[in-house]
Amino acid sequence: MKKRRRRLPTKHPFEIRQLKSRSVKSYLFKWLSILTIFFALSFLFIFVSNVLYRGVSAFNQTYIQVPVDITQYAVTTNPRVAIQRDHRKLVSRAWVRNLPQMVKETPTLLNTREEMWILADDEVDQYIKGKSNKLTSKDRAIIDKLKAQNKIDLRFNIIFFTQGDSKMPEYAGFLSAIKGTVMTVFVTMMVSFPIGVMTAIYLEEFAQDSRVTQIIEININNLASVPPILFGLLGLAVFINVIGVPRSSALVGGLTLGLMTLPIIIVSTRTALRSVPNAIREAGFALGLNKFQMVWGNVLPLAMPGIMTGSIISLAHAIGETSPLLLIGMITFIPDSPSLVTDATTVMSAQIYTWASMPQGAYIERTSAAILILLGVMVILNMIAIMIRSRFSKRYNYE
Amino acid sequence: MNNRIKASVRDLNLWYDEGAKQILYSIDMDIYAHQVTALIGASGCGKSSLLRCFNRMNELINGCKVRGEIVVDGKNIYDKDVSEVAVRTKIGMVFQKPNPFPKSIYDNIAHAPKIHGRVKRGLMCDKLVEESLRRVSLWEDVKEKLKEMGTSLSGGEQQRLCIARAIALKPDILLMDEPTSALDPISTQHIEEAIVELKKSYTIIMVTHNLQQAKRIADRVAFFHKGDLIEYNTSHEIFTHPQDKRTQEFIKDKYNQNG
Repeated sequence: MKKRRRRLPTKHPFEIRQLKSRSVKSYLFKWLSILTIFFALSFLFIFVSNVLYRGVSAFNQTYIQVPVDITQYAVTTNPRVAIQRDHRKLVSRAWVRNLPQMVKETPTLLNTREEMWILADDEVDQYIKGKSNKLTSKDRAIIDKLKAQNKIDLRFNIIFFTQGDSKMPEYAGFLSAIKGTVMTVFVTMMVSFPIGVMTAIYLEEFAQDSRVTQIIEININNLASVPPILFGLLGLAVFINVIGVPRSSALVGGLTLGLMTLPIIIVSTRTALRSVPNAIREAGFALGLNKFQMVWGNVLPLAMPGIMTGSIISLAHAIGETSPLLLIGMITFIPDSPSLVTDATTVMSAQIYTWASMPQGAYIERTSAAILILLGVMVILNMIAIMIRSRFSKRYNYE
Repeated sequence: MNNRIKASVRDLNLWYDEGAKQILYSIDMDIYAHQVTALIGASGCGKSSLLRCFNRMNELINGCKVRGEIVVDGKNIYDKDVSEVAVRTKIGMVFQKPNPFPKSIYDNIAHAPKIHGRVKRGLMCDKLVEESLRRVSLWEDVKEKLKEMGTSLSGGEQQRLCIARAIALKPDILLMDEPTSALDPISTQHIEEAIVELKKSYTIIMVTHNLQQAKRIADRVAFFHKGDLIEYNTSHEIFTHPQDKRTQEFIKDKYNQNG
């Protein structure tokens, strides 16, 4: 027989050996987990602060006060001559291009010569904001002089929120992408919410547990893990090539993203339905309600917060998704705001992608500003989801 | 004592799992009108399953099979031309755990009668709600807060609300599956008082684990053992002169245990 090691007598009845080493382990584990959280948070902090640092300046835009000579020749033939030669490179070509339109709207401007506040060129804007730019030293000297005369001003960038994309960075805005996102997501929800919720109700409440429903279930769960780009291919093949939905439109984007979010909504709705206590169903049946009355009147109201939460999260998912849109032509240059779901549209995430690939500083800064807006929308959506969850779970507190 | 037969069970057999597991073996018993009939027996003896045969709730379970008849007022509820919805409106049920709908107290009661077209919104509906709540002596406690959630009431009040909800449909028979097992003694007393009141208007069949309760409020008691109906007699006979040895043992054990 093995000889037992003799143990020292304990000092008091409550002494436990190895207590210290055990508590050291738990202490270490606790601090390790705190460290990992700190690590993750610091990445988030670095990302957000970087985006903020780059993006905040996009919310201001440089304006420049220069003399404008609006002659008939400038209006009809060459608007560039309205600006003095020295200043031509400093003002936005978008403004110059709009000059004839401006004169058409207010004919009194014709044959006047006065100092006007004009949108500055993006390189000037970058120079004023202290970022790298391609201005020549001669131009810089002119700007410095103008600045000394208080003829250069940073104003709130209203263009960013009122215009679509543009080839002139200082005139590029986010509005058409915002509008496109709203329309696309509207189509997405119109498609995936009713279909998803009804599928889930059928599977959870009506379908008998059979081989067929099991196969459907497995397929839905697999569908949830299909890479989004494949949904883009599907959208291209089915919606554009077979059905003939217009390319780049909010309709085709919404349908494609709808297919993508469908399994998420189905799965979250089923979870919400499953969390409704069976006692509620029994109570309904015992009162002679049929299945539809029972589901509609008793189960759905209880499951609704869960369904809403799942839908909002899938909506946030759809807003942020880019890859399926690549294949259906939504990631492209769209200067005009769409007004119909069949118009060519871009969405926020696609606009970010387009701008991110541009070399000019003004586009880089707009990319970050757009990211900030997108993140803001996400945060708001998630907060709504959390609010719904906490509010209704309190109201429907049920054992 | 009124001895009119309200319902009779004829040669009733029940299987679960597609006939693999037999739960009830050839049950024959008569239920008398305006009496409280208590079903007692050890756990798993089939008393709750029998209760659920009365309103065809067993049909909700996959692989459940019923053979035999339950004749209520001269009609077998398992006949092909009888729908389970009609059966369940005529034969109400109260469950072990209070399960009010997550609706207001008012809507808890008015929901089913509205759906069945018994009442429309308005005065008649208000009256039905008041009457149902009065019958379970809950009206005085909740008349000020009918708009509050039914789930905000205490456990005992919730159970009385569930009884009120069941009787709002004016059923003939009221089934109760251990209606007080989840409640404290005071709430239990309230429910028992309500049951004694209710039997004037309804026929009540209840499953109970509590033999004292059966003795207090039941007129007739049926003792089940492993799916068989062993003994069925008036409450007095069962508790004073049980005929079968198994009944004697069960009552001796259980009664002392509960006491």
